[in-house]
Amino acid sequence: MSAMAEERSARAPWALTAPALMLFVGVLLIPLAMTVMLSFHDWGQYKGIEPVFILKNWHEIATDPYYAEMFWRTFRIAILTTLLTAVLGAPEAYILNRMSGRWKSFFLLVILGPLLISVVARTLGWALLFGGNNGLVNKLLMSLGAIRSPIPFMFTETGMVVALAHVMMPFMVLSVWAALQRLDPQIENAAMSLGAGPATIIRRIIMPQIMPGVLSGAIIVFSLSASAFATPAIIGGRRLKVAATLAYDEFLNTLNWPLGAAVATLLLAALVLIVVGSNALIERRYAEVFR
Amino acid sequence: MAYLELDRVAKQFGTQTVVDDFSLSVGKGEFISFLGPSGCGKTTTLQMIAGFLDPTRGAIRLEGKDLTAVHPAKRGLGIVFQSYALFPHMTAAENVAFGLEMRNVPRNERAERVRAALAMVGLAGYEDRHPRRMSGGQQQRVALARALVIKPSVLLLDEPLSNLDAKLREEMQIELRQIQRTIGTTTILVTHDQNEAMSLSDRIVVMSQGKIEQIGTPQETYEKPASAFVSQFLGKTNDFAGTIDRTVSPTQLVAGSWRAPAPAGLGGPVTVSVRPERIGFGDAGLSAKIITRIFQGNHWLFQCDSECGPAIVIRQNDGQAQPAEGDAVRLSWRPEDMSVRTRAGA
Repeated sequence: MSAMAEERSARAPWALTAPALMLFVGVLLIPLAMTVMLSFHDWGQYKGIEPVFILKNWHEIATDPYYAEMFWRTFRIAILTTLLTAVLGAPEAYILNRMSGRWKSFFLLVILGPLLISVVARTLGWALLFGGNNGLVNKLLMSLGAIRSPIPFMFTETGMVVALAHVMMPFMVLSVWAALQRLDPQIENAAMSLGAGPATIIRRIIMPQIMPGVLSGAIIVFSLSASAFATPAIIGGRRLKVAATLAYDEFLNTLNWPLGAAVATLLLAALVLIVVGSNALIERRYAEVFR
Repeated sequence: MAYLELDRVAKQFGTQTVVDDFSLSVGKGEFISFLGPSGCGKTTTLQMIAGFLDPTRGAIRLEGKDLTAVHPAKRGLGIVFQSYALFPHMTAAENVAFGLEMRNVPRNERAERVRAALAMVGLAGYEDRHPRRMSGGQQQRVALARALVIKPSVLLLDEPLSNLDAKLREEMQIELRQIQRTIGTTTILVTHDQNEAMSLSDRIVVMSQGKIEQIGTPQETYEKPASAFVSQFLGKTNDFAGTIDRTVSPTQLVAGSWRAPAPAGLGGPVTVSVRPERIGFGDAGLSAKIITRIFQGNHWLFQCDSECGPAIVIRQNDGQAQPAEGDAVRLSWRPEDMSVRTRAGA
């Protein structure tokens, strides 16, 4: 009797997690495994995909400098975007946190607002403002005589970083905001009573305590930026490709699925390594703050 | 001359007056408690001294100099917060050293003073611990060391013991008192715990609804409460309705069947306050019936139904036979053990 009950209670967790587990395996693990396998298949213009095991695609990615450049660009853009969101987002969250009741909720809504609008619409907005000679801001500045030629924005890395930073800002602000909520409300008064000025309080007391928030925000922003598709596709188009748009083109334009799969797999592997590695580093470094 | 002086200090938030007409002179080395229920303005007053709030009216002077003109960071006061507000990313030693760093104390002297401050609060050997790895009592000690190491002109304690359990709180009270006596820092403690205020302070400021009810030594405030609020807030008390009888000579104070010569300067309806431990069972006095009798080891607690309403009596367990539940008794007390006030609204 009791042995049966024990057996049943031992099986219960498995039974309860089974639906979620099946979904997880079905829509994530299996397609992922198939993508990895696909990257080892052969492809030819006329023969299509051949299910054989060769290292042709990986060899091509490893030796052709075109791919190296593509990946460097992807990570360069992701790093710059992360830095930009951190530099702007952390003070933004701090200021927001110091606002009083009604203003606070209003500006929180302003910051979260972009999340409610499609990335495509937001990015096209940037294109309307800065897109070549017809961009609104460019036109205005040129008619005022402030600039001679339009500020290059479309098809530039700067444009991509700015547009991505705009898209990613809420994630950084929310992450830092969460860290600020954990602060003792009297901590600034405590530092002040000991003789610290405003700059010292921010540098010595606030910054070290919200750093975990900035860094976890940075991980989110970095991984989302490095794998972002819509913004680079609109700003960069065909001229300035990143890893995600490259994989897309291989799949849908060249129809070289195996090569696209190899690019996607490499991007995923690199991201997982970077994210897991930096997360471990952060947790070790800030063990005391995280406790 | 007063060391720290608050002169008719008031604080308003919008139309709400939180502290009103607060005047107090604190002598050097004195231990003062602000005692009152939550929302009585005691913490607001403390924050005005600390400089986190500006008084709406009135002046705060330290050694004759206007303190409100000094930025909080330059006031040189030591503050222990209710939540301790330790810097979680710094070790105990770094926390304590912070105030000295801000004062540009040389490194060697700094280390020596930090070590001495931690030793004083009984935390020698805990220098490299982070606050989150310490118990509540230890964190409290770090906060105290951090406030004292800068040799503050005044030490402000904002309900520092309220987050500790009862036993630890008692230990810390004794320790706090010893430390304060040893180094002689002028101290202001904000608390809602009457026992804490009574066991620690030289003088207590009893506050209610933003106003001072009474300033006095613990004994004065307990034995000669200036208002009904003070007598109710500090310990248990019995309030009996009485009158001054002028038809007899000399005039008499009458409460039920209890009577005594009336104190001078009072007339008409009055309230007679007597502490439960000052009431005895006698042959004459207020007639009452004992409802419950509770044995509490070193004393007995009686709840009685008297002709002037419910009464509590505490008797020492001195081995004498005590009346039983249901017994009819007479309650009496010495005139010097009561305080008499004019009854408001009668």
